[in-house]
Amino acid sequence: MSNTIIKVQKLKKYFPIKGGILNQTTAEVQAVDAINFAVSRGETLGIVGESGCGKSTTARLLMQLIEQDDGEIIFDGYAVGKRNGIATREMRKRMQMVFQDSYSSLNPRLPVESSIAFGPIVHGLKKRVAQKKARDLLIKVGLNPDLFSRRYPHELSGGQRQRVNIARALALDPEVLILDEAVSALDKSVEAQVLNLLMDLKEEFKLTFIFISHDLNVVHYISDRVLVMYLGQVVEIGDVNAVYSNPKHPYTRALISAMPSMNPEKRTEAVPLSGDPPNPISPPSGCRFRTRCPFSEDICALKEPALIQNDIEKRQSSACHMGDPKSGHSKNNLKGLPQ
Amino acid sequence: MSTPSSNTAENLDSGQIIAESPSYWSSVRSNLRNDPVTVTFALILLMLLLSAIFADFIAPLDPYKTSMIKRLKPVGTEGFLLGTDELGRDMLTRLIYGGRLSLLMGITPVVAALFFGGLLGLTAGFIGGKVNMSIMRVMDVFYAFPSVLLAIAISGALGAGIFNAIISLTIVFIPPIARVTESVTTQIRALDYVEAARASGANSLTIIRVHIISNVAGPVFVYSTSLISVSIILSSGLSFLGLGTEPPQPEWGLMLNTLRQSIYVNPYVAALPGVMIFLTSLSFNMMSDGLRSAMDIKL
Amino acid sequence: MIAYIVRRVLYVIPIALGVSVIIFGLVHIAPGDPLNAVVPPDAPKETVELLIKAYGFDKPLPVQYLIWLGKALEGDFGISYATGRTVSDAIAGGVVNTLILAVGGILIGTIMGCSIGALAGYFQGSWIDKLATGFAIAGVSVPHYWLGLVLVIIFSVELSVLPAMGMGPGGSTSWVWDVEHFKHLILPVITLSVIPIGIITRSVRATIAEILTMEFIQTLEAKGLKKGRVFIHVAMNAAPTVLAVSGLQIGYLLGGSILVETVFSWPGTGFLLNDAIFRRDIPLLQGVILVLAMFFVVLNLLVDIAQSLIDPRMNRS
Repeated sequence: MSNTIIKVQKLKKYFPIKGGILNQTTAEVQAVDAINFAVSRGETLGIVGESGCGKSTTARLLMQLIEQDDGEIIFDGYAVGKRNGIATREMRKRMQMVFQDSYSSLNPRLPVESSIAFGPIVHGLKKRVAQKKARDLLIKVGLNPDLFSRRYPHELSGGQRQRVNIARALALDPEVLILDEAVSALDKSVEAQVLNLLMDLKEEFKLTFIFISHDLNVVHYISDRVLVMYLGQVVEIGDVNAVYSNPKHPYTRALISAMPSMNPEKRTEAVPLSGDPPNPISPPSGCRFRTRCPFSEDICALKEPALIQNDIEKRQSSACHMGDPKSGHSKNNLKGLPQ
Repeated sequence: MSTPSSNTAENLDSGQIIAESPSYWSSVRSNLRNDPVTVTFALILLMLLLSAIFADFIAPLDPYKTSMIKRLKPVGTEGFLLGTDELGRDMLTRLIYGGRLSLLMGITPVVAALFFGGLLGLTAGFIGGKVNMSIMRVMDVFYAFPSVLLAIAISGALGAGIFNAIISLTIVFIPPIARVTESVTTQIRALDYVEAARASGANSLTIIRVHIISNVAGPVFVYSTSLISVSIILSSGLSFLGLGTEPPQPEWGLMLNTLRQSIYVNPYVAALPGVMIFLTSLSFNMMSDGLRSAMDIKL
Repeated sequence: MIAYIVRRVLYVIPIALGVSVIIFGLVHIAPGDPLNAVVPPDAPKETVELLIKAYGFDKPLPVQYLIWLGKALEGDFGISYATGRTVSDAIAGGVVNTLILAVGGILIGTIMGCSIGALAGYFQGSWIDKLATGFAIAGVSVPHYWLGLVLVIIFSVELSVLPAMGMGPGGSTSWVWDVEHFKHLILPVITLSVIPIGIITRSVRATIAEILTMEFIQTLEAKGLKKGRVFIHVAMNAAPTVLAVSGLQIGYLLGGSILVETVFSWPGTGFLLNDAIFRRDIPLLQGVILVLAMFFVVLNLLVDIAQSLIDPRMNRS
């Protein structure tokens, strides 16, 4: 049993934009552009980035809810959906997902118990057994089945619905849980409760988490490692404490410096991020971040920086010419950067 | 960040909880009970339906019995509560019997179109892409005809007859039902719970059966009841033009047509079949409106 | 925007072709030999053979369609043996008379529908609203051929103030601007306007009510704008919907007028269709339906384009 449960290689997804007289494809949104990363068994990988950076597309690609244009996903050593690999249906049984919108992710016509039991029944469990399992799972997510199992989604609060969604995702006994902005729509106090519930469940069921959020505080709190995305690409990945305390990529630095802090002593002087991200239909040449980067030089427009390892011990990698001694950037090796 | 315990009291016991909560449909039922207008029209429809079914027991006379001396008696004539028609047949009897064919010809096409149009719309909406394109473009072609015109065109080519009228009206109603079904299905297919169902490994048929149909059925059903109102008017209209039923069968549209010649002799009797068509069509429309607001559907 | 308009115009081509296929198909769904539909049963043998050649019945179906389409494009729909004239001649007069009814009906329908609908929308929930909504639902539920009959009973039979039949004195079949023709127009136009009044009332009411809940209206009112000026803003926002709904109603009136024309013996397309149906004159049936359907297709196109021009949100390029 290998320690790596998911490996993503050169995963790519472009969405066509229709237009013109014949409604032909006039452009493509480069939602996810050749990304690589791996997830170890039992860890929590946080994925952060601004809205539209491709976080959710990555999640849907992992679940194979949309098909990639190129690249592959290797689940527990087997390529997903490939010959000699693992069937999508089998992979989906072992990897489940919780969506952001707790309301639209539950069928309004089904009592929550039936929503939770649906997956197990699909996979051949007897209805009675599946319902028993649903009730047990409701207990696990902190909802009393005597009170909640026959209720409909509109009769629950947002936090309660998201607990049901978590129970539904756990009903197939998955090994990996993708949480796509799963707590983002909740009130802060409820969010904290659900986060703690998730950590308890992770322990109990020996789960691996992929935790997608635009909230850096939440990601810091729950993740072991963090992956930063910008315009469909991975710009930095590494141990969460290393990345938060010593970000290598100027985009990560900007994100972290913009984080609200409870500690008035802890002020950063780094340049805050200005402007909107460029249009993902025609991203800038070379480094995609250069249009908003205070350290941009000629080389940044000419050459796309590769994701290279900056710190082996902290497994920290970034895609910036400044982190590459051979790149030709005047501040390479991160010299002269404000710390 | 604070770390309160995850299994909070808030979720385990809450004062506002009702142990057995009402389902969507029971809340629709209670909404309907509080809507006297809809209930009234639903009762009228029920009466129309029952009187048509049990016409043999309710109708005072024989609908086919003609009488040359008792022709065109006015409303209120002794023994003929609503008068007699141009062949001396009892109007009340014929209006009661007329409901049989008029309702049959009005309701059958919508039910048939609900089946075929619903199937087409579900397929187009669920599969999407090129399949959607090809189905909906064909529907667009039928949409290029005003509905009355299409009904008359097909009926006119097929020739008169109840069956032909039903076929032509079915063809008329398939495109609108397919369109509504398609648009509702497309909306629902994009919702996360359908994605979640796919993510749990369910195949398309299971997803349609469990998750799509239960959510599509309501709006499409409500829309169809409003189409029955149109269908009643159109089918009687076809008979009025001589394209539906044939004499001497009692049917409201045909009765209106044959009595038309007599408006100078006995105008009020001549108008009676139209009152029945109007009442039926109005009742279906009112019921559709009532259902729509009870089910909280926005189309 | 231009791309949208061009795309919309191009889209008419496949639709029009589809419509022509359906209409061509009418001959073939007619019971019996399609030949019977176009040839009178008592025609001499030479005529029959001539007609077989002329219609191309000896050729395969797709070829027949192309021949028929080619002729139809030139305005040749064949010969109506019911009237003995060419179909196109018969249609020309009828279409104008039907249009007179449809335009009259839509004018009344739009004016009445907008006024009643706006009142109902402004006074939502009041007795005016309830009355208007009830009236509108009755309007869309009424069998208009029956309503025509009722109007005849009231105004022609009982009161004897308006004529019940025809277009003008002495069986006139073309419009003349005089009092008599105008009197003949009143009842059929009112009959025809009832459905559009109902439909336009409902949609105007819903649109106005929705606009009134929007925040920009409250902003305008909060700024102290006079009621009349606020109304202009509401009206401008409701305009695209009203245009689309009443524009399409003209098309439905063209279809609906068939029944009304029968009631009033109005010499329009409905009258022709009635004739065609009873004499099983399929070429005439095809011709009338093709012309009306094409009219409807073009109308749809114009409504869409007009809507995209006046509604900035429709800028879909």
